[in-house]
Order: sequence, then structure tokens, then C-alpha cells
Amino acid sequence: MKLEVGYIDIKGIRFGDYNAVEDGILIVNPEPLLEPVLEDPLIKSAHFEIATPGESIRITPVKDVIEPRVKVEGGGGVFPGMVSKVDTVGSGKTHVLRGMAVVTAGPIVGFQEGIIDMTGLGAEYTPFSKLHNLVLVMEPVENFKQHEYEAAARLAGLRTAAAIGELAKELVPDETVVYETPSVAESFKEEWKDLPRVGYVMMLQSQGLLHDTYVYGVDAKRTLSTMISATEVMDGAIVSGNCVSACDKNTTYHHQNNPVIHDLLAVHGKLINFVGTIITNENVYLDDKIRSSDWTAKMANYLSLDAAIITQEGFGNPDTDLIMNCTKLEKQGIKTVIITDEYAGQDGKSQSLADADELANAVVTGGNANEVVVLPSLDRVIGTLDYVDIVAGGHDGSLRPDGSIEAELQIIIGSTNEMGFNRMSAR
Amino acid sequence: MSKFKVVHYINQFFGQVGGEEMAHIPAEKRMGPAGPGLAFSKQFGDEAEIVATIVCGDSWFNENLELATKTVLDMVKEESPDLFIAGPAFNAGRYGVACGTICDAVKKELGIPVLTGMYIENPGADMFRTEVLIVSTANSAAGMRKAVPVMAKLALKLVKGERIGASVEEGYIPDGVRRNFFDKKRGSTRALEMLLKKIAGKPFETEYPMPTFDRVPPMPAIVDMTKANIAIVTSGGIVPKGNPDRIESSSASKYGSYNIEGVDDLTGETYETAHGGHDPVYANEDADRVIPVDVLRQYEKEGKIGKLHDWYYSTVGNGTAVASAKKYAAEIAEKLHNYDVDAVVLTST
Repeated sequence: MKLEVGYIDIKGIRFGDYNAVEDGILIVNPEPLLEPVLEDPLIKSAHFEIATPGESIRITPVKDVIEPRVKVEGGGGVFPGMVSKVDTVGSGKTHVLRGMAVVTAGPIVGFQEGIIDMTGLGAEYTPFSKLHNLVLVMEPVENFKQHEYEAAARLAGLRTAAAIGELAKELVPDETVVYETPSVAESFKEEWKDLPRVGYVMMLQSQGLLHDTYVYGVDAKRTLSTMISATEVMDGAIVSGNCVSACDKNTTYHHQNNPVIHDLLAVHGKLINFVGTIITNENVYLDDKIRSSDWTAKMANYLSLDAAIITQEGFGNPDTDLIMNCTKLEKQGIKTVIITDEYAGQDGKSQSLADADELANAVVTGGNANEVVVLPSLDRVIGTLDYVDIVAGGHDGSLRPDGSIEAELQIIIGSTNEMGFNRMSAR
Repeated sequence: MSKFKVVHYINQFFGQVGGEEMAHIPAEKRMGPAGPGLAFSKQFGDEAEIVATIVCGDSWFNENLELATKTVLDMVKEESPDLFIAGPAFNAGRYGVACGTICDAVKKELGIPVLTGMYIENPGADMFRTEVLIVSTANSAAGMRKAVPVMAKLALKLVKGERIGASVEEGYIPDGVRRNFFDKKRGSTRALEMLLKKIAGKPFETEYPMPTFDRVPPMPAIVDMTKANIAIVTSGGIVPKGNPDRIESSSASKYGSYNIEGVDDLTGETYETAHGGHDPVYANEDADRVIPVDVLRQYEKEGKIGKLHDWYYSTVGNGTAVASAKKYAAEIAEKLHNYDVDAVVLTST
């Protein structure tokens, strides 16, 4: 598949009485954008706020972060099966509003939404402090069911991002990059025959109970391991429905900008032969874990892979899926590197993973999520601080009287990302 | 500003007493820096000074471990230093063990920061790396010029109480404490580079060496269940209503032992779960769902099992450190042994 991605750099966001992107500035007229959001009977109120890098702003609790994109040419529309109708994406031309995101926030589910600080120590740990954020703050009606409201909030964010993306359809990109993935037959062509055949195994969070990922609209826990083109992922074929700990939740933005995919494509045809991407789930039942990892290993074998990078989402229970995927590939002679993160305790002295195997001898870590940080008080809060003490990573008394927060890194969105999005590591 | 006071420990060779033939000399204290201490002094500049140097024979220290430790410790105490440095010992085995031993003792007895340096394969490194910080050095004294600045920099951080970075940043041998740091490249790029090395068969360094898990082989099956004394142990947090021991909902700091003599059935009125990692509704309605007291009692009456043990043991598995779980398990196992329990029904949630 071949996808031409046109990046339009966003340098600022401001409110106005029309919606447009002009000279790199996104102008937002809230009313028409909020109309479809408020049509959902579960959403009581919604409004937009703007957060700019470096501003003294804390956004919390954050549910998802989404990059606005739009299909300009080729089949389907962004977020197929969720916003656009189901149709294969990943070919043609897509425009991206680079340097910004739509952030969904407000009291959504409660326990597992995190923080984006736009300045100070917290800003160093999250990639989203560097973006111009259009924050969609929502409030649910009373007596809602959490899983139903999660779906409503998820859809509201995706729809808003798609609507913003539409504004870029006619624009001239600042930069254009062509991404191309081979068919199996093409991958065997003569000029690549000396390059190692490398695959990417992307594990999708699917433990259920608000720990879910959707592929073309399908709940990943109801899927068998399968293949997807890297360019489909760029067009939003995979979206987050997760309320797992903030630090290692793969937001929709992470999927759209998957760093493993980008790094593998960058050396494809030069240092490696990037043959394909396998997606597999992280279900809670042992039978599912065995079946899905078996399937992953079978597909890696069908593709005649020499090596693979495996990435994870979440921690604890999915560590078993990670180790199964890794060992089953290694036992077939396929060399692996796994990307994970650690829960080594606040003192850093405990064992970091819930499962281990000596075959997993090449590990990249996103860091110890239990490390305690103190985030300074910031001038403005988008959302509410009501949940800071109970969010994963917080504790009773996390929010101090002076507005500063003492909590584990877990509380910061994307801080220990397991796709290798960040520079943070641990030893 | 007054300088931090440092005491430095070196062996007979670096104290310029002599080689192996002088390894028997007992510890002696000299005022001021000596040998490699001169290089340390230079690095410390105005911030710290070596007030005394203890020179000790490697054989004497290792053959009189207890006496030597006490003698050196007393010498250090007299100076009331702010910091203690030993070595670096490079690949000298007995010197390394002496450095580790005395650093460990000074740290524990005097409560001041300590630092040593040695080659990763020095037996002292393996013995003490989790107890004291050991800067990773070359395997011979030729590495002194490189080792001293690294040790001096880390020593000053320690004495000032500054945050210690990760082992790769500071140059010490991994001490079992995981510390975060910002690498130069993002994780995905590091993964790709590691993979390329692994494919090419070149050496690569994992960022997290896998821990060795305790794999316990299962006991042989019980031959006659009708005589067996069966106990229940759970990490599902089932406790008498009101959680009398206040077992935490996450990261439990204790376990409870609860008597179930005469209890045939756990009900919503009498038992509950303290576990905070799952929806507790069904466990609270009927705690037998987590620990099957009702069924085991029935089996006992029917003679299918010999006896249901009078006590059950419970903690919360949610977010509880492996080190804590291991400790509780050892204590519980001892109790089970004392009561001649034959088998355990082990449940989690």
C-alpha cells in the first residue's frame, strides 16, 4: 500500500466565528463543532479550551489524545468503522494537522485518566505538552453507565478530530512524505534479498472493562491476531478506547504516529526489509493468550520473518502475553526486541515485570512507572482536580493544599509509553 | 564554606607499602591523602578533602574479617567524616571484598554515604553491588585515570544528598534499584538499533535483564485425600467483615490469619474482600466464591477430605511487591508445616 501524507504545521489555535486553518493557525468556532457532541444523550455539557506549549496549564483527567487528519484521495475516511464507514484506508493521500491534538478531558470514567502539564517537570514526561491542544471538556449526565459513557466520549473526540481534519483538505502541505508497504510477493524481490526480514508485532490492549482498542470499529478482544498495513494505522484504523493507567496507555495519537512503524519504514529497503505488521490482542483468559500468541507466531512464520519488534500496552496481566509472543517467536528462530515499561516499586527495588523468560534477552524499557514525582502547582486547570487522589499513580493526599501534586509517573499521560515514543528509559 | 571531610581506604599496594609480600600488614591510619587519594583530592577541589587514609593489607583484612572490619570502622569513626571512599580495587579480588565489606559496615554503622570502585568481575562486586554503590572500572590500575573523575563526581553527589542518576549515566555497576533517565534516542529507535545488532550477531545490551523467577516444582500428588489436612491460602483479600487487620486494598503490608473452626459457609454478613483491584460486588455477596470454605466443609463431612485446617491465611495481591509476597508466603508456609497441613487450596482474584 502507498500513502502520501501531507503535513500541515499548526503553530497556534484561537477562537473565532468560523472554522478554518489560516497560515498555520487553527481558528475554532465552538458552536458547530459542539453540536454533534451534544446530540449524544449521555453528554450533559461540552466546551473547548486551548492549551499552548509552555503555558501554566494542567489538563486532567485526560481520556484520549487525537491528531486531526483527513483523507484527500483514496478509499475510505479517517477512523473507519468509528467515524467514517468501514472501508479500507491506507492508500492515496492524507493530510495531517501536525503539532496539534484534540484532547478529550473532564470527569469521564474516573480511575485511570491522567494529566498533561503544559509546563514544568510534568511537561518533560509527556509528549503532549509540546502540542497545541484543543481540549474538549465534557461532563456526563447523572446516573450514567461508565462503559456507555466511555463510548460516547470516545466518539465525541474522534468526531471532533475528524471535523477539524476536514479543514485541512484543500490546504497545501508544509511537508509531504510517501510511505509504502510491500505485498508479500514484493517483499521477496531481488534487491532486498540480503536484508533481514523484519516484522512488527503490535499488541493491542483488550483486557475489557474499559481496557479496549478498536480496529476498523471492531473490539480487539473479539479478534484473532491479524495483519494490517502500516499506512492503514496512519489513517486511524486503530483507535483507543482505553482507561488503563495513563502512563502506558496508547492513545489514538500514539497509534496514528506509531514510532516503531515510522522507524522501521525509515530504514526499509536500506538496513531491513520491513515485511509487515501483525496486530494481536491482550485478553485476560489463558486460552485467549495462548491462541493469540500461537497465531502471532504462525503469522510470523508465514511471513518468513528473521526478526521482529514487539510492543505492549498496559502492564501486569499483559506481561504474560508479551512473554508468550516473545518466546514463541524466539523458539522459531525469529529474533525479537520487546518494548515494555516497569513497575519496580517506588523504591525501584522490586521485580519490574509480572512475567519473565530468559529468551526475552533484548528489552527496551519506557521507565519505571512507580517513580514518584512532584508536579508544581500551575495557574490554570482545564478539567478538574477532583480525581487526582484516586487516579492510578495518585494516593490519598496526592493533591497538596498548595496545588502541587505528589504522585507516581503513572499519572502522566504517555510518560512510560511502550511503543517507544519517548526518550525515557531506566537502568 | 567548610569542605566535606572524607576518609579513604586503600590496600598495601596503593599505600606504597609493598606488593603481595606485604599483604599481611594490619590497618594503619595516615593523616591526609595518599596514593590514589591525591588524584581524588585534585578532583574534589574546594568541595571536599581527604582528612585521613587507612592503609591495610589485603590478606590481613580477609583473614581477620571481623577484627579488621572493627579496627577500620573505629579508625573511620575517629575522624567523623561526611563521606567514606574505598579503592578503586579494579580486579583485585581480596581488595574488592575488603572495599565492599568496609563500605557496607561504614554505611550501616555510621550512616554516612560510601562509595567504592571495581571491575565488574571482581568477586566483591557481586557480593556488595546491591548494598553499596560500586563504580565500574577497568580490570587493572591502568584504569585509574578514568575511574577517579567518575568516582569523585558521584561521591560529591552522594555527600551533598543530590539525586543519583541511572547507572548508565553515573557509571556505577547496576545496584538492583531501577532509576529513570532520559536517553538520547526514543525507545523505538533504541529497539531498532538493538534488533539490528541482535540480527547481526553483535553484542547488545538489554535495558532490563530478565529476573530469575522462582519456579517451584509441584509436590507429588496426595495418595489418600480422605486423610489429608487441607488449608486455604488466598491473595484475594477475603477477611472477616470489617477487615480487623486493616489489610490494604493495594500494595498490602501484611497478611491475616483467621480461624474458621465451626464455620460452614461464608456470608455477606460475616466476610468481605479487602482487595481493591477488581469489582468487589460478587466477592462481598459470597466470599466462598474466592475461598471455597462451603465446599471444603461439605467434603470434610462426606469424608472426601480428612480435614479442613482451622485457619486460613489471606492477603491482597493487588500491586503488592514480590518481595512482600515472598515474605508472607515463607511465614505462612512455616505455620502450615507446624500444623501438619498436607495440601493447600491457593486462590487469587
